[in-house]
Amino acid sequence: MEEVSIGKLTDIADGDYRVFAVDEALEVGIFRNGSKVLAYENVCPHAGGPVCQGKIFHQVEEIITADKKSAGLRFGKQRHIVCPWHGYEFDLATGCHPGDPSVRLTPVKVAVRDGQIYVSVAKPE
Amino acid sequence: MLTKTPRNGKNGKGISRVTELPRISTITDTREILAHAAREARQDNYFIVDVDAHVTETAFWSEVVDRMESDVYKQMARAFKERGNAPGLMNSTPGMLFQDVAGRIPHQQRLGEAVPGGHTHAQVTLVQRAMDSMGIDYMVVFPTPMLVLGMHPQIEMEVVIGNAFNKWLTEEVLPQDPRIKAMLYLPFNHPEASVKCVETYADNPSVIGFSVTSTRFRAVNHDSYMPLYSAIQSSGKPLSFHSGFHWGDQSMQQCNRFISMHAISFVYYNIIHMTNWIMNGMPERFPRLKVMWIESGLAWIPFLMQRLDSEYMMRSSEAPLLKRKPSDYMRDMYYSSQPLERSNIELTEATFKAMNADTQLLFASDWPHWDFDLPSSITTLPFLNEQAKRNILGFNAARLFNLEVPKHKQLKAKPNKTPAKREPVTA
Repeated sequence: MEEVSIGKLTDIADGDYRVFAVDEALEVGIFRNGSKVLAYENVCPHAGGPVCQGKIFHQVEEIITADKKSAGLRFGKQRHIVCPWHGYEFDLATGCHPGDPSVRLTPVKVAVRDGQIYVSVAKPE
Repeated sequence: MLTKTPRNGKNGKGISRVTELPRISTITDTREILAHAAREARQDNYFIVDVDAHVTETAFWSEVVDRMESDVYKQMARAFKERGNAPGLMNSTPGMLFQDVAGRIPHQQRLGEAVPGGHTHAQVTLVQRAMDSMGIDYMVVFPTPMLVLGMHPQIEMEVVIGNAFNKWLTEEVLPQDPRIKAMLYLPFNHPEASVKCVETYADNPSVIGFSVTSTRFRAVNHDSYMPLYSAIQSSGKPLSFHSGFHWGDQSMQQCNRFISMHAISFVYYNIIHMTNWIMNGMPERFPRLKVMWIESGLAWIPFLMQRLDSEYMMRSSEAPLLKRKPSDYMRDMYYSSQPLERSNIELTEATFKAMNADTQLLFASDWPHWDFDLPSSITTLPFLNEQAKRNILGFNAARLFNLEVPKHKQLKAKPNKTPAKREPVTA
């Protein structure tokens, strides 16, 4: 593996995300949360779609009252990246599908040093 | 990639190794949306016929309206258009606008990408981009909002719109690319007009069959349809039932979520039509008529086979035209693969076996709709041998529709790569 710089941390607004291709080896979504970043492969585990090029939506929750009635829907705090091909949603914090955690995004090793973001990429053969 | 932005991270030769990929929206180019599919397609050499994809007729609605046979309906259509797109002359239902999961799936919302002007029709360009991205050799196109036109309370409206759509498709789209084919829209609520449609287009080489949109309340066994089936049988081209949904259907109004209604309705309509088709002995009346069932997935097939067989063995007097069990007739018919259920691969395998998928199943993408399938939905199935994959992806369709297979794809060679390591998890 080798580390490749993909840009400055400040190039990504806090809470925002960008997607990069490194050679032909890797497509990676970089999601910023304060001074930290998460990185996932831009490949949906469902059908191979460009998941990180989709939109982020807050998780939709259903409000259930004490007597088990539905009081409607609301957005929760959890943020999901949504694959634009078919709508598969993944919790950004874990990379997991909300209904089946075994269906999950592939994390990519990422580091921030001196304000630069580095991702680990397989060395070309 | 079309819109990558070069970044830093240079290699030893000073060439940038990092490029930025855009977010996908309603104006993203189809080739960008399907870039990952194109990568897979470049790695193999399958002959692929996509037997169910869609044009968006409402994006070119003025061209359809111009072809309406009555000035009154033309004026009505234009008056609707001036007030916005939905529901318009088609009286299409609000369920139509729920499909993109509230903006989560942009390509379902709209293909608003730039297309070059000039001789090539914009719809042709959009279809070609999808075909080339997915490695498809022939694409059979159907309309989109018109899939629910059979529920229009004005029967003549289906005739006017259906005829105008067929004229538009055969005059503007199909002549521009011989790889694009159609099973034309039958205005099925009007049997005589449907016969006229068959007579008009039976000899058109780009018209490879005729279709009934299944979302309707007409019994397919009604005597008024016998001349239509005779005409289609005589044409030698297949008849298909393309399913759909309608949230205005009272049965479907019991479902309070689009997901529920959508999941059931696509199966529901074809289950009803198939049951009527078989129990009234249509396969015995029209033994040379080839019939295909589209966009209901596959899981309903073994269910209905068993259900009808069980009842038939106890009540054969109510289906006197049958000389075999219902499932035997069902195995003679053809089915499109999308949306392929594969969350339980053992059930999927049993389904393929029950329906003789090796010879009766035809790949379909349903592009650009939100639950589309790629050829990899077939190529990654672990229980299929190479020949079965090739049959389902293209050779079954070539046989059914009498399509020419390019010479370089007639070989039954293995793909020139190891299979993709990714295994789609469900659908």
